[in-house]
This record gives sequence, C-alpha cells and structure tokens, in this order.
Amino acid sequence: MSLPAIVIKNLVKRFGDTTVLQDINLEIPEGKVSCLIGPSGSGKSTLLRCLAFLEESTSGMITINGEALGFFENANGKRERLPSAQIRAVRAQTGMVFQQFNLWPHMTALGNVSEALKTVHKLPRAEAEARAMAQLRKVGLENRANHYPSQLSGGQQQRVAIARALALEPKIMLFDEPTSALDPELTGEVLNVMRDLASEGMTMVVVTHEIGFAATVGQQISFLDHGRLMFSGPPSEIFAKPRHPRLDQFLDTYLDRGASMLV
Amino acid sequence: MTLKLFTLLLQAAVSTLGISLISIAIGFVIAIVLSAAILSHKPAYVFSARLFISFFRGVPLLVQLLLIYTLLPVIGINVPSIVAAIVGLSLCTAAYQAENLRGGFESVPPGLIEAAEVTGLNPQQTFFRIRVPIALRLTFPALINEAIMILKSSSLVSVVGIIEITKMAQDLASSTYLPIPIFASAALIYLVINSFVVLIGRFAERSLGGASA
Repeated sequence: MSLPAIVIKNLVKRFGDTTVLQDINLEIPEGKVSCLIGPSGSGKSTLLRCLAFLEESTSGMITINGEALGFFENANGKRERLPSAQIRAVRAQTGMVFQQFNLWPHMTALGNVSEALKTVHKLPRAEAEARAMAQLRKVGLENRANHYPSQLSGGQQQRVAIARALALEPKIMLFDEPTSALDPELTGEVLNVMRDLASEGMTMVVVTHEIGFAATVGQQISFLDHGRLMFSGPPSEIFAKPRHPRLDQFLDTYLDRGASMLV
Repeated sequence: MTLKLFTLLLQAAVSTLGISLISIAIGFVIAIVLSAAILSHKPAYVFSARLFISFFRGVPLLVQLLLIYTLLPVIGINVPSIVAAIVGLSLCTAAYQAENLRGGFESVPPGLIEAAEVTGLNPQQTFFRIRVPIALRLTFPALINEAIMILKSSSLVSVVGIIEITKMAQDLASSTYLPIPIFASAALIYLVINSFVVLIGRFAERSLGGASA
C-alpha cells in the first residue's frame, strides 16, 4: 500500500458560531478518484476548499504527500502557521477546478493556461505557450486556444480550467462541483476529460452531485451530512444494499441525476 | 460666418483638448493612488482619501477653480493660469475616477482572485496581472464618461483666464453680433471631439478585454 496522498486529521472549520466541519478524519488514497457527496450545506465544498487552502481550518491537520498544509504541530502540540513560502510549495502539489470555471476574462484560453507558467514559473513565453498548448490538446481544445472565455461554451470553459490546473503538473487534482454550472448536455464532455485523467492514475478529489459519475469512476466515496463525515468506502460498499437510511434518503432526491441504477 | 472665425474657434479647441486630456491623465494616476488607499483598509489612508474625494466631489468645479486660482498666489505659489486650470480639473476628475476605480476593483469576482491564488500567483502578481486589467475593463465605460464630462466642464476654466472654445465663442459673438452661427459652431466642435473620444474608447475597450463578456 502506498502512502495516502492526503491525510485529514480531526479537521474542524467554523465560520463564526457555525460549525461547518466537525472533526473530519479521512485518508485520500494516491492514484485514486475520491468523491465527496452529500446534500447542500453538508460541508463537502468547504472540506475541498480547506484542501486547497482557500479556507483555513479552525483546528486539525491536513498533510499532502506527507507535508503539513498551512499549519504544523509544534513540540507542545500547539498549532502554528507555516511560513507563506512553505505554504505555497505544498499548495503547488494540488490543482483546483471551480464550479464557476473562474477563467480570467481578459485572457484567451491559451493565456489562461500559460499565465502561471510565465509569471510564477518564469518560463520563456514560447515554452510556456507550447506547454499550455499541449494541455489544451489534451482536453481537445487546441483549436480554441485564441478564443476568449466569453466565446466558449460552459463545457469548453471548464475544460480550459482543467487544462490550466494540469499545466502546473499537480500531483492531486481538486474538483469543486465541476459540472454543476453546466447545462446537462455539456456535462458529458467535462466528465469525459475527468475520466481520462482518472485512467491515467491522477489522484483526484471530486465534490460532485453526479452520483452516476461517483458510482462508476469513484474508487472512494465519502458521504457528508451536516458537517460530519458519515462514512467513507469503496462504491461497492457504500452503494450496496442495505444502505444507511440517510444515504438512501439522499439518493432518492438524485434519481434524475444518473443515480437510478443504484436504486 | 467666415472661415476666419471658425479657425479661431478651432484654435481655442486646442486649449480645450490639451487641458482636458492632460487633466484626465493626471487625474487617473491620482485616482489609482486614492482607490488603492481606500482598498488598503488602513484607517489613516482611508480617511485621507475619503476627505479628498468628498471635498472635490462636493464643491462645484467653478468654485474649486476660483479657490485654486486665488489661493495659490496667497501661499506664495505664482503659477500661470493654465497650471491652475489643469490642477483644478485634475483634482476634481481624480475624485470621480477614484470612486469608479474602487467600484471596479470591488467588482472583480472573488473566484478569479482565488483562481490566481491556487495557480500560485503571489499578491503583487495577482494585483497587476488579474485585478488591474479586469477592474480597468469594468470601469472603462465610466472612464470614457468622465473624460466627456471633463471635456465639457473645461469650459469653466475661462474664469481663470484661459481662452478655450466657450470663452472664444462668447468673445466672437459679442464682437461680431453673430451669436447663433458661432455658438452652433462651438457646439459642433464639442460634439465632434466627444464623438472621437467615444470611438477611441470603444476601440480601446475592445483591445483591452478581447471579446466583451
């Protein structure tokens, strides 16, 4: 067994008086697709955002490939913040794809994908663009390289966003409801790119409402409800009957989301 | 109306155009500093910038120009009237442009900043590569609007002794007794200048942002 890609230990996140994540413990296996499912407000997106360090947890620890993310426990067992250069280095191991794509509107598809290669990694323009082009080819959009986001469909924008994350060669890809903002007929092209990525052995953490995708591509399913991790396991176990009544109730609401085969 | 009169009006238009464009440019630089001060959330900076903005937005430009023109010599600064005119217009437009820019910065969707963060851009890179271009694009129509307002308001600088389009038209009208053709010509010149500003603005907007959103 290889080491887990991500270890989440006793993670708690509060916004003011509201506890959004309550004592989450989870190991994300390397090279597998791990899906976080659960009703709205269950905390699954917040958990993913903690993994991307877009939210700072209130307590608990996250390690990414053995390195502490954001905070470490000192000799007295107290949590301390790591220096920002170190935080950046650990964050560089993950790539993030957002529900709303978040492409920069003033740059072309190629500009979006090559931006960090140029400004952060200081690659010469030609090399950055060649690498960006290779990523766009991978998501099937090399002929859209010079289009601005507003000239692309939602599905194409999301594929560019995936290429932008992949260009930085992350070890782990985080997806925050990548198809929730898409028309139903456009979700397929994004899910296909994600399937390809999964078959290449990329470690993926996917917050999704696509239960069909989770059941067929996911290798670890974690069900969250009210900020708690209810259970986690391989889909054969999680979706097998008899199921936990809360999961059954949740799946009932997703019949029209491709989950019909599970009922 | 003779060609000679029209040529005089056109010569005055050069003053209008020059004073306005220089003031808009200077005002833009001051506006960036002011909006950065407000967005810094440091109480002293925010307070100073707010004070500046409320003064220059709250007092009529005509009064500002007269104040600057009469105040500067009193505190020992003797400047030609053209400098007083440019200072007055610049400070006034800076106040308006600062509010536009601040609005622009605040309207940059947070998700675009997060995307920069997760791709490893540091705060400075995020500011110059992501926030400024998007904020500029969002505020460009307002900026063009402000340029047009200043071009028209520049007629007020005649009170500090500058001969620009409006002042020239008044002088010519009273000396030739041809007020209607002369004021109509003045109106036409303003209209042509401002139409050009709109055209240049559209072109710049397109090249700033690629395709519009």
